Amino acid sequence: MSDLDDLYQEVILDHNKSPRNYRAMADANRKGEGYNPLCGDHVTVFLRLDGGVIQDISFQGSGCAISKASASMMTAELKGKSEAAAHDLFDSVHRMLTGEAGGADGAAKIGKLAVLSGVCKFPARVKCASLAWHTVNAALAGEARPATTE
Amino acid sequence: MKAYSQKAAPGKSFDVARIRADFPILAQNIAGKPLVYLDNGATSQKPQAVIDALDHYYSVENSNIHRGVHSLSERATAAYEAAREKIRGFINAASDKEIIFVRGTTEAINLVAQSYGRSFLKAGDEVVISAMEHHSNIVPWQMVCEQVGARLRVIPINHNGEIVMEEYRRLLNDRTKFVAVTHVSNALGTLVPVNEIITLAHQRDVPVLLDGAQAVPHLKVDVRELDCDFYAFSGHKMFGPTGIGVLYGRRGLLEKMPPYQGGGDMISLVTFEKTHYNVLPYKFEAGTPNIAGVIGLGAAVDYLQGLDWQQVAAHERKLLARATEALSEIVPLRIIGTAKEKAGVLSFVLDYVHAHDVGTILDQEGVAVRAGHHCAMPVMQRFGVPATTRASFAFYNTAEEIDVLVRAIYRVLKVFG
Repeated sequence: MSDLDDLYQEVILDHNKSPRNYRAMADANRKGEGYNPLCGDHVTVFLRLDGGVIQDISFQGSGCAISKASASMMTAELKGKSEAAAHDLFDSVHRMLTGEAGGADGAAKIGKLAVLSGVCKFPARVKCASLAWHTVNAALAGEARPATTE
Repeated sequence: MKAYSQKAAPGKSFDVARIRADFPILAQNIAGKPLVYLDNGATSQKPQAVIDALDHYYSVENSNIHRGVHSLSERATAAYEAAREKIRGFINAASDKEIIFVRGTTEAINLVAQSYGRSFLKAGDEVVISAMEHHSNIVPWQMVCEQVGARLRVIPINHNGEIVMEEYRRLLNDRTKFVAVTHVSNALGTLVPVNEIITLAHQRDVPVLLDGAQAVPHLKVDVRELDCDFYAFSGHKMFGPTGIGVLYGRRGLLEKMPPYQGGGDMISLVTFEKTHYNVLPYKFEAGTPNIAGVIGLGAAVDYLQGLDWQQVAAHERKLLARATEALSEIVPLRIIGTAKEKAGVLSFVLDYVHAHDVGTILDQEGVAVRAGHHCAMPVMQRFGVPATTRASFAFYNTAEEIDVLVRAIYRVLKVFG
């Protein structure tokens, strides 16, 4: 597979075309704004946290296929996970996107998200894939400032 | 527009292959394919003559200027001042005292906004800019307006990306104290009718600054013919080095403006009680300047003066026409910026495909374009798009390269099915 096919895999194109959990959430109790000042991409992540568990998660925003697919897959993965597990997954995804070997343990945690691993060959696009993850991290931490990829 | 020179016989075809041989960077592969460099609006490539000038300066002449009595310093000073004279001639300024070296267009505009603006604008005054300015011709004016209590007024643009002149006329009033507009839009390629803009402003004794960053690589600029009061441009977009740019200012205005920065070279006498400022242009050149950059920019000017500019302009018009025609045939593609008068820039959006995805896929075909908001977020908002893909041409681009671009765009459509 070429680097390009690796980047734009079917799964990614599908999530870009029909993003999962793409909606505002009226009863969200956490909200995060993410912004990439380099390209103007932005994403809003909505969370309903209950007893340290992500009961519901959704997003809205505008961006490229990579950022949209990453956000969509992220919401699917994080629903029902504890805050601690979400942080863990963030670390593993971040290591994968920046091309650091996560080891067998990391690979097991990442599961379906491994389709995003092609991004590490395109350094200019790593921030596209990580924007939603930075945003959910900020939302979990309850930060008032918008998360940025900078 | 006038020709830079008439060296080549009129009618003789433009030898783009010979021109390309002057730019060593162009002869390389990207992702296994020949580089097609269409990001000239961001920065242009450098001819060997400019690279050699930098090399020669650091190998043979490097020394600080306006300071030493030794031979090297005299040589460096002479080369630096000779470049100033070349640039004066290049834009046909009346005097080399009107040529101020700065880091780039951004610094040139900030200099005028802070030095002229803070001295001569006051509460209630109005500064007029257009809706298609680069951030560097918006933010400096917002800053000074906030500092002095002045108001920023914006001339709207139409759906083709042209200035609405009736609106400009309506905006001009007794409170208007400055006009700052681009000569060629970086995001849309629009060639702005600056003559009319300047004439109308001057009828009210309002000075006009032109952002010429995207104009000097494409047009023969004559500041006296334009009758502008300030003209700002960058070396790196006109085949010169990065980190060097020029502010042209009308001498009478520069004389009454206070220095922008304090330091060495901009003074004639310093005591702890009072400092006397140096004469023009040194009053505005505090500290050791980018000597190599100035000399490299002088070499870029020499290079441009050696081209037949009528042929260059005709070649660039053909490139733009070929690209515009081919892209117009792509159904899910919309060209952003369809002004009647344009120079060397083609911005577009594809339905369902974000500019970044376009940029990445084009890069895999060896094609370098810009994807994003082009430091002109208000322009993106005006057209209701988050970003565009921008192909921007220089005289070393070829018709075949346009065809590669078009094929690469079809590949994007294929990937996104």
